Amino acid sequence: MKKCRRCTKPATLHITEIRNGEAQALHLCEGCAKDYLKTVSVGSPNEEAPAFEAGGNPDAAGSEAEPDERDTLTCPKCGITFKQFRSQGRLGCPHDYVAFREELLPLIESIHSEVQHVGKVPQRVPGISRRQYDLLKLRADLKSAVQNEKYEEAARLRDQIQQLEAEAPHQSEAL
Amino acid sequence: MDLDALTHTSGEWLRGSGPDSDIVISSRIRLARNLAEFPFPPRTDDAVRAEIETLLRTHVQAIESAGELTYFNVNSLLPIDRQLLVERQLISREHAETHGSRSVSIGPRETISLMINEEDHLRIQVLRSGLALDDCWNDISRIDDDLDQRVSFAFSEEFGYLTACPTNVGTGMRVSVMLHLPALVLTKEIQKVFQALHKINLAVRGLYGEGSQAMGDFYQISNQQTLGKTEQQIIQTVKEVVPNIIAYERRVRRALVKENRQRLHDQVARAFGILQNAQTITSEETMHLLSSVRMGINLGLVAGIEMPTVNELFIHTQPAHLQKLRHETLESSERNVARAAYLRQRLSKNEPQN
Ligand SMILES: [Zn+2]
Ligand SMILES: [Zn+2]
Repeated sequence: MKKCRRCTKPATLHITEIRNGEAQALHLCEGCAKDYLKTVSVGSPNEEAPAFEAGGNPDAAGSEAEPDERDTLTCPKCGITFKQFRSQGRLGCPHDYVAFREELLPLIESIHSEVQHVGKVPQRVPGISRRQYDLLKLRADLKSAVQNEKYEEAARLRDQIQQLEAEAPHQSEAL
Repeated sequence: MDLDALTHTSGEWLRGSGPDSDIVISSRIRLARNLAEFPFPPRTDDAVRAEIETLLRTHVQAIESAGELTYFNVNSLLPIDRQLLVERQLISREHAETHGSRSVSIGPRETISLMINEEDHLRIQVLRSGLALDDCWNDISRIDDDLDQRVSFAFSEEFGYLTACPTNVGTGMRVSVMLHLPALVLTKEIQKVFQALHKINLAVRGLYGEGSQAMGDFYQISNQQTLGKTEQQIIQTVKEVVPNIIAYERRVRRALVKENRQRLHDQVARAFGILQNAQTITSEETMHLLSSVRMGINLGLVAGIEMPTVNELFIHTQPAHLQKLRHETLESSERNVARAAYLRQRLSKNEPQN
């Protein structure tokens, strides 16, 4: 069992936060968790947004000194640098996901354990892409059906996937 | 709806009659959406912020799926009115505290709120009493569809809906269920719940109110991962775990009653007695005692007070609500006196029959 980050009692509360552009798991015992929760916005619609420490994480002060070559990367659309993102924890514009893609990928994977969207898609996304999403979504459903040992559902999903793939044999692997 | 009227009413989510509402207070889903062609709010100047606000407001007010909306210009509200909206869970603390052009539009019975220029351009929230995630999803997805017809949301084929913070990217969806777990807290069994939830990547967060034990034994269970799963899968993960926690809480409550009914009854009755008679009381103590009373009602140990009243008191005894009720600004010590007076008044009519 993990120990509390602030004292040595067993940790019972686990939160993922973004600090300096890195996902960080925070493990706290019950007592320290109560103190911690006092400092984050409580009982509000946004309480799940990570509390971000401006100016960087004091714990990481030692490693702060070495310059990071990624830091000078700049988004051509909004002008934010990767360093600014690292210190503020918020991106500047939607294009940052393109401009900083390589740098963001490991962060996104450590937060979500996945790197490909499979959920809802806006209506304006063209037909071919929509079919690809349907396939991604069905594959995700198939994966969880198998994990949950729902084999009848899994068989049905597999048939649906095969049917869709037959309809669009050349696009199905394009993503 | 105006803000003064709000102080005398309460939202649908406090009515305390939804499914499993003895333990599940409320279900909530929120979606984060951004306009493709603008920088995210943290990086916009005042002029652009105002432009985004005007544009999105026009579309928000034009859709039918959200019902009749009441609009509040958050930027021009007094701090106490912003705080009131935070206490009612209609806006986030961040939305109350940032600067510049921003707003919230609130639907009938406070089940829907649309925040413009929070951390993302648009945050849609649907909040319902009891365990009602499917209803929340149906409502919120329809609102999202309607807006999607009108504006171009920032979206990438790889990362889904793009958000200011990468923790929200993908579905942009946070699903949460607020639970009242006094017996698990009392017996410290709650730690086992935390550990089990951590294993399936669900976050446990507080709560209500100011301060710590002001937590009032309320916990919010929510998804942490928003990318790589469908909305239905995310909802399913939360939906599957909640009945287990409910069953656990009920089991521990039954055990507590069985082991020492008298002691539990005494604790609950004393809590009720203090709330009915105190001359000065902090928010923290109020939350703690209300939590006891709430459990007491569910176990049949307290009579003469209804669940919606207790639910409402958790909100109405918070600082902004108290000050709005009194129509004056009060210091902390004055609030404690006003809070006690308000509690005495609300709880005096029906003496408990023991
Ligand atoms: Zn600790
Ligand atoms: Zn940018």
